Amino acid sequence: MTMANRRAFLFLCCSALVTPIARPSLAQTPSDRAAAFVRTTGERILAAMRSTGSVAERRKIVGPIIDQAIDVDGVAQFCLGRFWRTATPDQQQRYTKLFHEVLIGNITSKLGEYKEVKLTVGRTQTRDDIYIVSTTIERADNPPTTVDWVVGNVTSNPKVIDVIAEDTSLRITQRSDYASFLSHNNNDIDKLIRAMKDQLAQS
Amino acid sequence: MDADLCTPPVPTAVLLTRVWRVVLFAGLLAVVLTGCATPPPANDPEALAEFKQTNDPLEPTNRVFFEVNNGLDTVLLKPAAQAYRFAVPGGVRTGIHNFLSNLGATVQLSNDVMQGKPRRAGDTSMRFLINSTFGVLGVFDVATDWGYPNHETDFGLTLANWGVSDGPFLFLPVLGPSGPRDLVGFGVDMVQDPFTWVGATPGLRAFNWTKFGLSALDSRERFLDSLDQINKTALDPYATFRSLYRQHRTGQIKELRDDNRATIPVWFPQARTNATPSQAR
Repeated sequence: MTMANRRAFLFLCCSALVTPIARPSLAQTPSDRAAAFVRTTGERILAAMRSTGSVAERRKIVGPIIDQAIDVDGVAQFCLGRFWRTATPDQQQRYTKLFHEVLIGNITSKLGEYKEVKLTVGRTQTRDDIYIVSTTIERADNPPTTVDWVVGNVTSNPKVIDVIAEDTSLRITQRSDYASFLSHNNNDIDKLIRAMKDQLAQS
Repeated sequence: MDADLCTPPVPTAVLLTRVWRVVLFAGLLAVVLTGCATPPPANDPEALAEFKQTNDPLEPTNRVFFEVNNGLDTVLLKPAAQAYRFAVPGGVRTGIHNFLSNLGATVQLSNDVMQGKPRRAGDTSMRFLINSTFGVLGVFDVATDWGYPNHETDFGLTLANWGVSDGPFLFLPVLGPSGPRDLVGFGVDMVQDPFTWVGATPGLRAFNWTKFGLSALDSRERFLDSLDQINKTALDPYATFRSLYRQHRTGQIKELRDDNRATIPVWFPQARTNATPSQAR
């Protein structure tokens, strides 16, 4: 073995030793954690959607995943906007419970079209303590869609706080829907709750 | 055909002007009949702030046109788009979409140049050259695979890039969600489009109307699932469309402003851009 070869051999041995130790420390960065969280959650939801079953069955599987991965209470509060403060505790509670069901229903029916889907996780951006993980969703016969997942609380208990598909934010769109509904119904939160119930009954 | 021989040929531009005169009249009539939105009382500052942010003073009129468009969509466009999806295989539909998109290259290029985005203008030019030849008249999008991606643009975005704000929300008959800036943009894009100025012969006119009809089918077919989804999940679909439209435009403007790719070709030594003039020499 020549000197150069021996050096190369030693270098390879050292890097083989170092690499496994270096990897976990890299995975500890909040950006990586956020990306890994989105990848696992996305794959869990897509796997649930692939399972052949009725809409009700799929809803049963997807429900707990969504409750676990999305900060549904926070999103619900955001979507009610300024009306959250004027709502009574009882209205807040009924609204939040319904919001959970509406969200699960919407996501399940939306993903109903998403068979044979490929999810690719791209770059992660940081804004204050919020991480935005970009993904690309590819479906057959469809142009690829860019979906950004806004993840909060990355270090302790990561939760999705918004989903931005093709520049449109899920929670901002939902908030303007509710705000407009309320302003055309005398700002009556009970009417909103009734409308949400009707919507659930129809789906 | 006989009628075409007897009457003097009318260019598409003139026909469209006639259509727009009717649309404009209907619009004015609707504003007079339905009136404007009433702002909330001044003692409710949060509601007032929301009203200003929504910036939709013509909401009652806009809602009328929203309903009119929905009606037209339910009886005409949606069934047509469903039939189009049912009858034409996916691959052929993509080919038609690519072909139509390639025909819009001149308007796209003109806007890219006016926006001062040389790389976008380069992408558009290369796409047109490659797809019109290797892509068989634009049917196959070869250029994307060769590193020249497509981008959406229009004169509304050009105006936005020049600093013009979007203004109050407008929901227009046939055209759908818009605003003063984007409406002007739509008009300017029509004027910029060479196809507006041809059509004095029956063949060219037939081509223009086929192109118009196919574009409508193509765009509606692409939104079949998402529009159904919105109508199913929104409590107030009008407000949801208004929000989605505004967010989408804001996203497009941001993407346009952030696209500051350098203009040096890929094969040129990239490091020279950072070099001082003396080093470069």
